[in-house]
Amino acid sequence: MKILVPISKVPDTTAKIAFTNNNTEFDTNNVQFIINPTDEWYALVRAIELVEKNGGSVTVINVGPAANEQFIRKALAIGANDAVRVDAEPKDAFFTASQIADYAKANAYDLVLTGKETIDYNGAQIGGMIAEFMDAGYVSLVTRLDIEDGKASINREIEGGEEVVEASLPLVISAQKGMAEQRIPNMRGIMQARTKPLTVIPANGNSPLVNIAAYHLPAEKDGCTYVDADNVGELVRLLHEEAKVI
Amino acid sequence: MSVLVYIDQSNGAAKKASLEAAFYGKTLAAAKGTDAVGVYLGEASESDVAELGNYGLNKVLHANDAMFNNFDSKAFAKAVVAAASQAGAQTIVVPFNQNGKQLGPRLSVRLNAGYVPGASALPNADGQYSKAVFSGKSFADYDIQTESQIIGLSANSIQIEKSGDSAAVEAFDSGVIADDFATTHIKKEVLEGEIPLTEAEKVVSAGRGLKGPENWGMIEDLAKALGAATACSRPVSDIGWRPHHEHVGQTGVTVKPNLYIAIGISGAIQHLAGVNQSKVMVVINNDPEAPFFKAADYGIVGDAFDVVPKLLEEVKAFNA
Repeated sequence: MKILVPISKVPDTTAKIAFTNNNTEFDTNNVQFIINPTDEWYALVRAIELVEKNGGSVTVINVGPAANEQFIRKALAIGANDAVRVDAEPKDAFFTASQIADYAKANAYDLVLTGKETIDYNGAQIGGMIAEFMDAGYVSLVTRLDIEDGKASINREIEGGEEVVEASLPLVISAQKGMAEQRIPNMRGIMQARTKPLTVIPANGNSPLVNIAAYHLPAEKDGCTYVDADNVGELVRLLHEEAKVI
Repeated sequence: MSVLVYIDQSNGAAKKASLEAAFYGKTLAAAKGTDAVGVYLGEASESDVAELGNYGLNKVLHANDAMFNNFDSKAFAKAVVAAASQAGAQTIVVPFNQNGKQLGPRLSVRLNAGYVPGASALPNADGQYSKAVFSGKSFADYDIQTESQIIGLSANSIQIEKSGDSAAVEAFDSGVIADDFATTHIKKEVLEGEIPLTEAEKVVSAGRGLKGPENWGMIEDLAKALGAATACSRPVSDIGWRPHHEHVGQTGVTVKPNLYIAIGISGAIQHLAGVNQSKVMVVINNDPEAPFFKAADYGIVGDAFDVVPKLLEEVKAFNA
């Protein structure tokens, strides 16, 4: 079984969010970047586990500049077999998904496994777009994925609970917590990652469909109004009369 | 050129997120000088479907077919595109919920239409849609470059005003066949009678400060008194005190209620990422230095086992 895992480079959760160029660009100064957590912790690790169990190989793919190769090497150190970098700035989700889908189709992948959303744009859209390009099934927010005899058994989150579905391959899945446990690369993995194949390919000529015109920071909060623990009735009054939420 | 609204349903009832999408679609359509048309896939009574008129839809295309009772992104995308063609719609509104998050990106590719995943407001004067980014730490104005547009509407982003009208229900043949489905439904496990966290207008959430799962009774009682859903922090779901689907935060569910009450939760940045779009946040914690107080609108420094029972009594008195 051939599994493709798209990984995204995102600002660390604790990064300070600021903008430059008249609020049209994200300010990357002093920002530490990481592999998007759900891509790394759940999608990549579950892909490796499935290959350990059923055989096959895991390819990680990233759309981005050469500087992203440190993140790709980390994914190889965690246990992916090989990697592909599409040499282009990821302009929007449609552009990025089309690059990944072209590679997946040309190389007949059985399963594309992504994280549920990236923590920068929170769009949850790459997986669905890849699936539509591939004319394949897509299930998102998946907490359990088992594959046996070419058939996937899946638990996915729905409002207030879970749904169990089955699907045949090829298939696109977005992973979230529950699917796997984070793996820390060990020294052996890090050494092996240096010599694992990393292929660089050019981007297709697709144009993005959306553009971010400007960013805004949310309005500053007025600060916390404290209510005495011996006077909680005052909190109920404030929530009703001032905040008007009850 | 009407606006099409995808009505997401469960067991023959339109979800709350769909009602918001209907009203949002109607408001968008009115600004364009046109009507909003719904597409309802799956079995439902005609009167229930017509009730969507109350939320602004003039007409609903209804595929009253058991084949659609359970969601499949591939087949549903094909059906919604057929509905858009029939309605002559270039703009499609979908709720940005569990099913909508599967559908929206597929529609974007299928129609070569720019997609806003999680619009939090109506478009501005330049036609751009604001959306929360960087896990709620910022907003971005999305400018769609194509004539056709897909808008995923974030929950609790618009205040519904009911019209009292009824929608015309039209039988809809989507052309979708069984082979278009990529998934087979096996079963659903949903807690009955509870308010789904992602749709809740009020949320009562608790963390490790509660000391053990046996102490959640007062949290559930407070939630019930307020008409709120219950939630929890990551450590609490990790150690199994509460189910995973109650976990809010970066790796759990993102919520956007009018009222979020956090009890015994310190307020780590990963937790805030899932709740910082809440309109009003109340923090109850015995540690005055808990970082959550910096994000809170109202705070009580005190022991949860002392404060929560008192708050419950006050809420009950208020309700009476």
